[in-house]
Amino acid sequence: MSQPAFWPLTLILFLPAIVAFVLSLPIIPKAREELIRWIALATTAVVFVISLMLAVPALGGFGGSQFAVGDPAMQMVVKMPWIDAFGIEYLLGVDGISMPLVVLTTFLSVLACGASWNISKHVKAYFVLFLLLETGMIGVFISLDFFLFYVFWEVMLLPMYFLIGIWGGPRREYAAIKFFLYTLLGSVLMLLAILMLYFNSDVKLLSDDQLIATQVVSPLLDEAGQAEAIAEIKAADSAVHTFNLMALAAIGQLPDSPFSQVEVFGTRLEVLAFLLLLIGFVIKVPVVPVHTWLPDAHVEAPTPISMILAGVLLKLGGYGIIRICYPICPGGGLELAWLVCGLGVVSMVYGAFAALAQKDFKRMVAYSSVSHMGYVMLGLGVWSAVAGREYAWESWAQGVNGAMFQMLAHGISSAGMFFMVGVLYDRVHHRNLEEFGGIFGRMPVYAGMAVAVFFAGLGLPGLCGFIGEVLVTLSAWNYSYTLAAISAFTVILTAGYILWAIQRVYLGAEYRGPHEEALTPMNSRELAIATPLVFLAIVFGVYPQSLFDYVTPSVNHQVETLAAWTRDVHDADVRDANGESDIEQTAHQAAVDHVADNSGVTTP
Amino acid sequence: MNPASFLTPVLHDTLQVSLPLFRTELALAVTVVLVLLVRMLPGLRRLDSGVVALGGILFAAWYAWSDLRGLPGSPWMPDAVGPERVELFTGLLVFDPLTAFLRFLLTGFLVLFAVFTRITGIPDREDSADFNVLVLGATLGMCLMASANHLLAVFMAVEMASVPSYALAGLLKGRRTSSEAALKYAVYGAGAAGVMLYGISLLAGSLGTFHLPTAAARLAEMGIVGFPEGAALVLALGGLMVGVGLAFKLSAVPFHFWAPDVFEGASAEVGGFLSVASKAAAVALLVRVALGLSSPVALEADMVPAASVVLHHADEAAAETAEAGSSVTQASASQRRVAAQFASLKQDGDGQEGDASNSEKPATEAAATEIVAGATSAAVMSVDEQRIGLALPRYFIVALIAFMAAVTCTLGNLGAYGQTNIKRLLAYSTIAHAGYLMMGVAAAVALAGSNPSMAVSAVAAVAFYLATYVFMNVSAFLIVAVLRNRLRSEEIASYAGLVKTSPGLVVLMGVVLVSLIGLPPLAGFVGKFLIFASLVEASSLPAEGSILSALLIVGGVNTVLSLFYYLRVLKVMTFDPPPSDRPQQSVGLVSLSGAAITAFVVPIVIFGVFWSGLYTLAHLAGGIVS
Repeated sequence: MSQPAFWPLTLILFLPAIVAFVLSLPIIPKAREELIRWIALATTAVVFVISLMLAVPALGGFGGSQFAVGDPAMQMVVKMPWIDAFGIEYLLGVDGISMPLVVLTTFLSVLACGASWNISKHVKAYFVLFLLLETGMIGVFISLDFFLFYVFWEVMLLPMYFLIGIWGGPRREYAAIKFFLYTLLGSVLMLLAILMLYFNSDVKLLSDDQLIATQVVSPLLDEAGQAEAIAEIKAADSAVHTFNLMALAAIGQLPDSPFSQVEVFGTRLEVLAFLLLLIGFVIKVPVVPVHTWLPDAHVEAPTPISMILAGVLLKLGGYGIIRICYPICPGGGLELAWLVCGLGVVSMVYGAFAALAQKDFKRMVAYSSVSHMGYVMLGLGVWSAVAGREYAWESWAQGVNGAMFQMLAHGISSAGMFFMVGVLYDRVHHRNLEEFGGIFGRMPVYAGMAVAVFFAGLGLPGLCGFIGEVLVTLSAWNYSYTLAAISAFTVILTAGYILWAIQRVYLGAEYRGPHEEALTPMNSRELAIATPLVFLAIVFGVYPQSLFDYVTPSVNHQVETLAAWTRDVHDADVRDANGESDIEQTAHQAAVDHVADNSGVTTP
Repeated sequence: MNPASFLTPVLHDTLQVSLPLFRTELALAVTVVLVLLVRMLPGLRRLDSGVVALGGILFAAWYAWSDLRGLPGSPWMPDAVGPERVELFTGLLVFDPLTAFLRFLLTGFLVLFAVFTRITGIPDREDSADFNVLVLGATLGMCLMASANHLLAVFMAVEMASVPSYALAGLLKGRRTSSEAALKYAVYGAGAAGVMLYGISLLAGSLGTFHLPTAAARLAEMGIVGFPEGAALVLALGGLMVGVGLAFKLSAVPFHFWAPDVFEGASAEVGGFLSVASKAAAVALLVRVALGLSSPVALEADMVPAASVVLHHADEAAAETAEAGSSVTQASASQRRVAAQFASLKQDGDGQEGDASNSEKPATEAAATEIVAGATSAAVMSVDEQRIGLALPRYFIVALIAFMAAVTCTLGNLGAYGQTNIKRLLAYSTIAHAGYLMMGVAAAVALAGSNPSMAVSAVAAVAFYLATYVFMNVSAFLIVAVLRNRLRSEEIASYAGLVKTSPGLVVLMGVVLVSLIGLPPLAGFVGKFLIFASLVEASSLPAEGSILSALLIVGGVNTVLSLFYYLRVLKVMTFDPPPSDRPQQSVGLVSLSGAAITAFVVPIVIFGVFWSGLYTLAHLAGGIVS
């Protein structure tokens, strides 16, 4: 059974790790720092090019694989057995939700690698860890096996810990351990949820078609092979557990799903698992009140790591919620809709106010991330929140599409903002907002680009930040006027802190702070990093359809499925439970009609 | 009774059944004698006793490996016909998959350990013979611990493993801390052993037997009929006291106080030995006693020795094989029928059943039955009935182990926080890991009551954890020993900035520590994952479920707790600036010690990614539950 996507996906996944391993061997002497930098840059560039070739049809694919834009299904699936005893597989694949995120990751990795040029301490170790981190990030986005997902999720932790802890600022040790602890706490909870879901899953509940659709039985097999594999599963005496994310989702959406039947600690498993997974993911997002690691980590991390942290790591949380929480535990999502939406709005407002209060430029940008990721949470939350009133999935999909767009846009704008802060910091070695001013006069090109990026973060129409915020706010209107109003007004706060920061840093009288003489224009390396970010911020703002072409089919498909699930499975159960009252109501209505008829009063 | 009729089966059992399956231990015993002889005989004195010991260990390990891969269901020999469960020496010991697995683990560890000690140079040439004899003797005791099937064998094995350990702790002659460690260890050990012996006598007194499967059958009987007045209290007390002895070997809280002192006082080599081999044997013994007293053995109890006699009898006398074998099979089959019949009738027909089966048994079997006379009455109850009857003892055992596991794990992790000495830190780490292992045992015992196939996975989780733990701790202590030889210090602070001079070593230490935290993709994660998995599975049980879910949460929290102190070591090694007065000696990986450390650490990574093979092996060991 040949799997055409095996090499392309495996290559983008493990090439960074392999290069990291080779670099760590004493083949290349430590002193050849320039060589090491170029090797790392070349690696990230190769990975980026491959991922781009896979994603963009015009580029013709790579190794015979090509992402079909507009196809909502999981594509380029790679399926290999790994641990037979637990049914763990090397199961990879991309769809419209993960493909753009993979490209974002590889793209930002190239830029961050370029931004790492002035790292001069332990260069070799730095790039080894950096490349390992890239493997971890890509792995999370393309894993379709929950165990594999978890492994990559954890693999990111250690490189990040060291990247902050060794190359960070003065309080780096504190920031690094705080980051590690928060994330580990979340991932332990996630592990518990994974195990609970695993042991309550049973692929025998799925129909033959579902088994093939969810890749439990590979569709690449011929008919006879598929029939044989299905027969083998059906013949098992006990439950056949699975870590396959698609199969878990299919099981979670079954009528009488085991996840909604089993009770753990007096709660339905789907609710408990949703909650545990949600905690694990929102720590990464992060939302208030588990966001406190983020400002510390950002402030202490070196510029390229901040770019990765804001641009990619925060997206992992949102991605996890879209890919795992809702499809697998839809009942939990419905039950806890208020929680997700509430967390989103609280983070939005709190992050904005906190950003207003900051004196440290980088800290301000960090809090702006908290605020912006709140929109993502709200967009995801409204998806399930409008259930029970109407089952028109289009209005729900708006929120999720908005959240996806917001994640991608924020990946560009926040990475850009952190880079812009880093450029300034490299020159003047401080980030105190009060001491800046008048940078426009000294570095006009830089300041122009920076303002563009900050406006993108602000959500100015025509730049990438706008689209996501608008879609999320619009969709929230269907759920709650209050939440929609709050999220709309948050834009004013956002404008407040961004404009104020621009005013304090770039405008005003000529800069008279420390290291005045060091304010030289951006060099070509910095320009090469800033230009694509500014360019993309504009492109995605003017022509958002370029991203929606990828995202929407998969998101809509998923939301449509879940809308149907809500109508046919979830609310059907509720209707059954309320069956009596329904009948009474009907009878009452009939009686009213009868009376109306008899009284001879005509009703229009 | 005619003495010959008694002796013949005993001789037969010993020579033809037990000794062939005892060859690993025999090889160790012979090596002990040889090492001593090398020292005493003038001609041989120039021979390096370490080499002799290594040779013996390799023999033992080879035997253990052949026993292991000959087990039925092993992936290496698909058509293996080895015995699944054989009681040795008339029921004192048992040979089963767990025995085979642990023997291989212990002897395999000894091979690594022999390499370890030769690299680090403790013991020196003069002490080498003493050291090797003690290590081999202790390992012999540990192998017995892993195969004990009889409460007296439990006690003997524990003592046999402990006494050489006391001497090992004091090996660094002339160092006060070392002598203090040895004394503390011995006094604690003696106390614990006394309490344990008392507990054993209470258990044996109330149950009327030392034989664990028989004891379980008795307990099951009591569970169904009702405990006689006062018996429950005596049994609980006995169980607690046996628990004290086991907890001491496991260094479980509150009997852990010796561990940090002994680890600090003794050399890193001895620490490595105690933390790995001693712990593995203690966990195996805990599995044996806890499972032995709480779950019935699948074979009808009175058939165990008989069946094994038959098996080997048939091998021996080729001429009679077909005839005798078939007739005996018929006999035992009919006997099983009778037993089942009686069980279903639930008549108080002990005598009748004895008559019925005796009339059908060959003479040898009858004699063998006498030896384990207590077992006959147990045959009245089927395995399932016994399982039901054992509900109460099982609950007690699960609650006890779970409680100790939670406390041990938490206090072990918290205790590690304040440590400044790396060996003390590792001592607390081993205490915490004993806690995780006990969680797995608790899950196994709970599951054995209702879902034996899941209990197999739980035992497999413990076995897997032990196997990976060997590599993690041997590597950790080897690195500590190598650094001690370089830096002349075992303080964590003295490791500051080591990454500058010995980056390779720090990376390897990092792998070990991260694996001890339990992060993927390293072996420590897989072990923890498997244990948590069995806890999750067990948490849906009606009786013990709530205890085990609580334990699951404790385990999760502890994983986060343990992060701090392991990372602190790593932090000191990487983030902190090196002291200015440190000699710029690096430990490169292109050296003997570097190569050895690498060889020990690489399996941690391999078993973290490709753990299918090792898990199959561990799953085989889990086959003791049926």
